Amino acid sequence: MNVTSGAPALSLQSVSITFGGLAAVSDVTMSVPKGAIAGLIGPNGAGKTTVFNIITGFYKPTSGRVEFSGADGGVARITGLPPHKICETGLARTFQNIRLFGNETAIQNVMVGAYVRQKGRWWMNMIPFAFSSSHNEEREIRHTATALLERLGLEKYMDATASSLPYGAQRRLEIARALATKPSFLLLDEPAAGMNPQESAELLGFIRRLRDEFDLSILLIEHDMKVVMGVCEHIWVLDQGMLIANGEPEEIRKNPKVIEAYLGKETAHA
Amino acid sequence: MSGMTDKKNAFRDNTMTLLAIAALAVFLWQAPRILDGYKVRIINLIAINAILGLSLNFIYGIGGMFSLGHAGFMAIGAYVSAILILTPEQKIAMWFLDPIAPWLLNLHAPFLVSLLAAGFFAAFFGWLISLPVLRLGGDYLGIATLGFSEILRVLIMNLTPITNGSLGIKGIPAHTSLWMSYGILVAVVFGTVRIMNSNFGNVLKAVRDDEVAAKTMGIDTFRTRVLAFSIGCFGGGIGGALMGNLITTIGPTMFTIAQTYSILMIVVIGGLGSITGSIIGAVLVTTMLEWLRFVENPLTIGSLNIPGIPGMRMVIFSVLLIAVIIFRREGIMGMREFSWNWFFSLFGSSKPTKGGERV
Repeated sequence: MNVTSGAPALSLQSVSITFGGLAAVSDVTMSVPKGAIAGLIGPNGAGKTTVFNIITGFYKPTSGRVEFSGADGGVARITGLPPHKICETGLARTFQNIRLFGNETAIQNVMVGAYVRQKGRWWMNMIPFAFSSSHNEEREIRHTATALLERLGLEKYMDATASSLPYGAQRRLEIARALATKPSFLLLDEPAAGMNPQESAELLGFIRRLRDEFDLSILLIEHDMKVVMGVCEHIWVLDQGMLIANGEPEEIRKNPKVIEAYLGKETAHA
Repeated sequence: MSGMTDKKNAFRDNTMTLLAIAALAVFLWQAPRILDGYKVRIINLIAINAILGLSLNFIYGIGGMFSLGHAGFMAIGAYVSAILILTPEQKIAMWFLDPIAPWLLNLHAPFLVSLLAAGFFAAFFGWLISLPVLRLGGDYLGIATLGFSEILRVLIMNLTPITNGSLGIKGIPAHTSLWMSYGILVAVVFGTVRIMNSNFGNVLKAVRDDEVAAKTMGIDTFRTRVLAFSIGCFGGGIGGALMGNLITTIGPTMFTIAQTYSILMIVVIGGLGSITGSIIGAVLVTTMLEWLRFVENPLTIGSLNIPGIPGMRMVIFSVLLIAVIIFRREGIMGMREFSWNWFFSLFGSSKPTKGGERV
């Protein structure tokens, strides 16, 4: 098991964002320890994906800051960095509505993920017989991508167009692509969306395996409470852009504020 | 597929590619003996149009950037090449309205150097214009690049000390032989295929397919698009230079929207994103444009006399393009590519694979 001491892998400090006067996320402070599997839950429109978009650099928070401690151990402030720079530091994510490169094959999708760590320049691979290190790197990337697909059980889809894959395989391919960027932190946006009960039961083991085998910290957004309660070690609850609770799954399950947010006031009192 | 068959196939494919190039060489060697000058010129034009189609396809089909400025980049290439090739004496004789700028007078370079310079100049201008313009997307990008190309044309018309204004440049040596144009076409195809088979090719398509996901995967999408645009402009410049050296006369009226339009037609008819498609498109569009000339000639059917209508070819072509867009949006090849595997599966001598490989 991973050590959870030292600086947190990811920490948000009083992060707020307003869109034209509307506070989508206000004063969110949370920190995910290294090696943890953490959950971010909340009713629809609570601002969960907005938090993800702030972390990954698609939105610049109005105030507050995001700090990330990657594989090298140093803590870096990543607020305001463009998304591709944030990926370079070792943060990878998947999307709520799967966003694969639809016209490309599964292996090409994964290889694109490896590009961020690729050193050879584009023109080097154009010229045959020269720049052997660059050509070797290309071969290496193909090998690692193949291995990654095999580890996630996607080898039979290797040369299939991404958009033609079955839904569950697309979800896993999106994770494989994220892993190809060699992240130390993975953000999963509703990994169980669209899965049947059996698939989401398998997902629990899959997420744990990801964390252990790839040495990751994971933060996930999820609506499926079985998944959230089954896999998360710590949970933050967001409602109308504000954190209303955080703690271990058991505490969250009993927290009256959480029940109220999810089920409405009357039911909570009943 | 096991390593053995992979190697065997690679050997077969390389042999077949070499054979195809040899066949092309024999054809190019024999063509001037069998065919008349007019037909040779059309065959030459096919190669140039294929280069132009490939370069626009790189920007539009592979890079996903709708550009209507290709004629502008061709113009840059054609002028750079022409000014470099002409000798100082020729320049003094030709620039009689306004003498040529002194710094240009003694610039002189061999054809191949001028060709490279044409490419790099066009790429440089492409890079320059793409920095502000590529922040736009879709149709807006098309309009902005069209504007750029028109501004360039007006500049060429008026910068007489550099471009000889509306008189144009005449007497450019006819360097574009069949060997030259097809040699460069082979080089361009080779370079494009190498790029598309490398991981950078995957990245280009990724940026086209989903920019948000590409950013998340650590790709600087803006830089990638600027690079793809500049590479495409490089090809446009080379195509323009070859065109100038084929026709031997260039002028600002050569590089209008109609020129861009016919390249665009090659790309769309061939298939957006397909290298094979652009070559097929170039063959079709170039030969059709020549063949359709008869509709512009006066026609007599019995006692009915139809006078020739200039521009009728373009009307027919517009209708054709509309038909392609309605009935076969993905063009002839779609995003597929020619592969020897597919070729052999036609004859049943290899196990059938999917119709062509997606790259």
